[in-house]
Amino acid sequence: MTDSNKLPSGQTRIDSIEMRGISKRFPGVLASDHVDFDVKSGEVHALLGENGAGKSTLMKILYGMYHPDEGQILLNGKPITITSPTDAINYGIGMIHQHFMLVPSLTVAENVALGLPSSRGPLTDLDRVSKRILELASIYGLKIDPDAYVWQLSVGQQQRVEIIKALYRGAALLILDEPTAVLTPQEVDEFFVIMHQMVKDGYALIFISHKLHEVVEISNRVTVLRNGKKIGTRPTSETTKQDLANWMVGRDVDFVPDRGNIQRGEVRLKLDQVSCGSDRGTPGLREVSLEIHSGEILGVAGVSGNGQRELADTIAGLRKVSSGHIFLEDKDVTNFAPGELTERMLSYIPEERMRDGMIKDFTVAENMILREHHKMPFSSSGFLKLKDISIHTDKLISQFHVKTPSQETLAKNLSGGNIQKIVLAREISRNPRAIIAAQPTRGLDIGATEYVREQLLGQRKRGAAVMLISEDLDEILALSDRVAVIYEGKVMDILSRQNATRERLGLLMAGVHPEERTPA
Amino acid sequence: MISELFTVTVLIGILASGIRLATPYLYASIGEMFGQRSGVLNLGVEGQMLLGAFAAFYVALTTGNLWLGILAAMIVGALMGLMMAFVTVNLHAQQGISGIGFYLFGLGMSDLLFQKLMGTVETVKGFPPIKVPLLSNIPGIGEIFFSQNLLVYGAYLLVPAAWFVLNKTTLGLKIRSVGENPDAADSLGVSVARVRYFTIILGGTLSGVAGASLSIALLNVFQQNMTSGLGFIAVALVYFGGWRPWGVLGGALLFSMVNSLQLWIQVLGIPIPSEIAVMMPYVLTILVLVITVSRVRAPSALTKPFERED
Ligand SMILES: Nc1ncnc2c1ncn2[C@@H]1O[C@H](COP(=O)(O)OP(=O)(O)O)[C@@H](O)[C@H]1O
Ligand SMILES: [Mg+2]
Repeated sequence: MTDSNKLPSGQTRIDSIEMRGISKRFPGVLASDHVDFDVKSGEVHALLGENGAGKSTLMKILYGMYHPDEGQILLNGKPITITSPTDAINYGIGMIHQHFMLVPSLTVAENVALGLPSSRGPLTDLDRVSKRILELASIYGLKIDPDAYVWQLSVGQQQRVEIIKALYRGAALLILDEPTAVLTPQEVDEFFVIMHQMVKDGYALIFISHKLHEVVEISNRVTVLRNGKKIGTRPTSETTKQDLANWMVGRDVDFVPDRGNIQRGEVRLKLDQVSCGSDRGTPGLREVSLEIHSGEILGVAGVSGNGQRELADTIAGLRKVSSGHIFLEDKDVTNFAPGELTERMLSYIPEERMRDGMIKDFTVAENMILREHHKMPFSSSGFLKLKDISIHTDKLISQFHVKTPSQETLAKNLSGGNIQKIVLAREISRNPRAIIAAQPTRGLDIGATEYVREQLLGQRKRGAAVMLISEDLDEILALSDRVAVIYEGKVMDILSRQNATRERLGLLMAGVHPEERTPA
Repeated sequence: MISELFTVTVLIGILASGIRLATPYLYASIGEMFGQRSGVLNLGVEGQMLLGAFAAFYVALTTGNLWLGILAAMIVGALMGLMMAFVTVNLHAQQGISGIGFYLFGLGMSDLLFQKLMGTVETVKGFPPIKVPLLSNIPGIGEIFFSQNLLVYGAYLLVPAAWFVLNKTTLGLKIRSVGENPDAADSLGVSVARVRYFTIILGGTLSGVAGASLSIALLNVFQQNMTSGLGFIAVALVYFGGWRPWGVLGGALLFSMVNSLQLWIQVLGIPIPSEIAVMMPYVLTILVLVITVSRVRAPSALTKPFERED
């Protein structure tokens, strides 16, 4: 017997969920300002907005993790109160968080069973849980081994575990908070197939993203948030990427920065068969060879954790090279200390900007001179020259549009975008010969992203050699002259700008050489 | 002289006392292991043991009832655990420091009570050995394993029990998840605070019993600072055992066997300086810790206070 009101998992549909006039204030920010939002069975409603726009906050309210200061939530037209995730789960609401909520040392089945009552009282009933997991997985053709440990799974697989976890708990509405941020393009495609099927089956899906092309591809309706306020809701078919971007930022956005035509010069940075270890003991880099010329941006694409961090660290002198050589302008700088590399005008914009890029408890001014504090004009005979430091800092603050109350503000009190601008200002203002930029726009909003990209292009124009390590393919494609793809510590291939298509890069990122694929 | 060690009687003696000496380590380490698996490092074990040892001894001495002594040790240990839990879970205290605080508290308090209530070292008749029918008649084996007192048997039964709770029950699942990723556990409706309160109080209770096993089952006296570092070794044994009950058992046995060997060396008058002999188990622990600790990963949330964002 089929019941049109039931989902394939056996759960009753949620016809609609409506959030009305939701407000939530955090110390100093109105993260949600009288926002209305609704989603219906059988649709994908995208929630779009820059970082800090209040997307996660709104959804954490729906999931009972935060309590709204104002507003109400209606389920199928009737007001309900949700005070905890447990309440939300009981109403059929599931959430897949931006940072996965999985316990790596437990198996898939244990993760799914966690927190649920067992059919055997105090004893676990993992065999029954496993059976049900396989049932649920088969509905959507998800391949999953209930006995595998989560730490063994790829990010894509972990995401499936999260989906199963929500379905197992009877979710009829799924909140997906930036689910594609960690996936390869191919994994995103697979993920969208699953989403399409779920929507057809009657699930209600909320899809959070700041990637416009994904929103346009997958959603039926889209709501844009900016600074905690709702800007509007539209059927996706009636909007364009450009409209949405302007909505998000509140002004016209220049998507593809002008790269200009630049003649590249001599080789500035060269890696010759470089290998190194990683923190987990596995080989971090395996015989990586590449060259970057003056006036060139070399993009390094890859799925997170394939050696990008090791690559950046070895070049910056923070990790030992076990074999091979690194040359900076013909000089063999293999295993040089960071200080010596600084002298040779290498600049580094590290991935973990809060940890490696600056000292959180130092002021803006102190952070601005970290790299060259020991030299003229910032110090002489061991004394800091505070006046010169102050002048220098003022100059950089205005030149790089850093929004800070003062020079004396502690770095940790600034937003991510402004912190990155400080790092950028420090690293770029010294006119380096070569720059390593690792995930330079990760976590930044469109405005700051645009700015950082312009600056990198400016450095290229000035004649620096730039290595751009990024997991954002759009960024790689927009900026790079050539693209190297890194997979399991090896450079799979280096493509020219013309040959670097999304599809080819995606395959290389998954470890497949396009030529190797047998023709269909 | 060395050859004296290798007579059958002596070997049996070494093994039997090795088995017995592991008792306090087992109680304390298994208790500590629960705490650490849930993400809480309790360095106050030694203090809990001292107070437990005193409580058990004093109650047994005054009432003549060993079971009341055990009960008193459990209550005192549990109360110490409760305080530790409040400080770490609610006040988000730095665990290493607060643990040392509790150790010093237990050390001073047990000494104070001892001075005030007893004044001189006395002895009690502790738990007598119980010969397990049939099994204790097996030559050698019987004397080593099956002629011990109740608390010794209890300590060894605790190991499979702990394994079962950790791996086969929903409670164990919660404990493990809270120690590895409390945010995930919290998002699924598991109360991180409740789980941690439970494990810390359980740890305190077992540390109390560990102290009692010294004062009313193994040594049958109470003296100031009688644990002399044993509680810290118990913490080390948790690392040594890779946060697993069987590993902890292995560590406790290795340690107590070496300890037993050095005691016998002294008893037999074998000419090794006694300082060196006494050092043996400690040196061994350090060596083994250095070798093994990098092998297994500690619970990810160990020593990290948990606070929900909202
Ligand atoms: N737990 C919190 N405490 C204080 N401020 C918060 C908290 N969570 C979010 N915020 C603030 O609320 C705003 C919205 O954040 P968030 O909802 O995470 O944005 P988004 O998901 O759209 O990037 C930001 O300014 C953020 O700093
Ligand atoms: Mg977010």
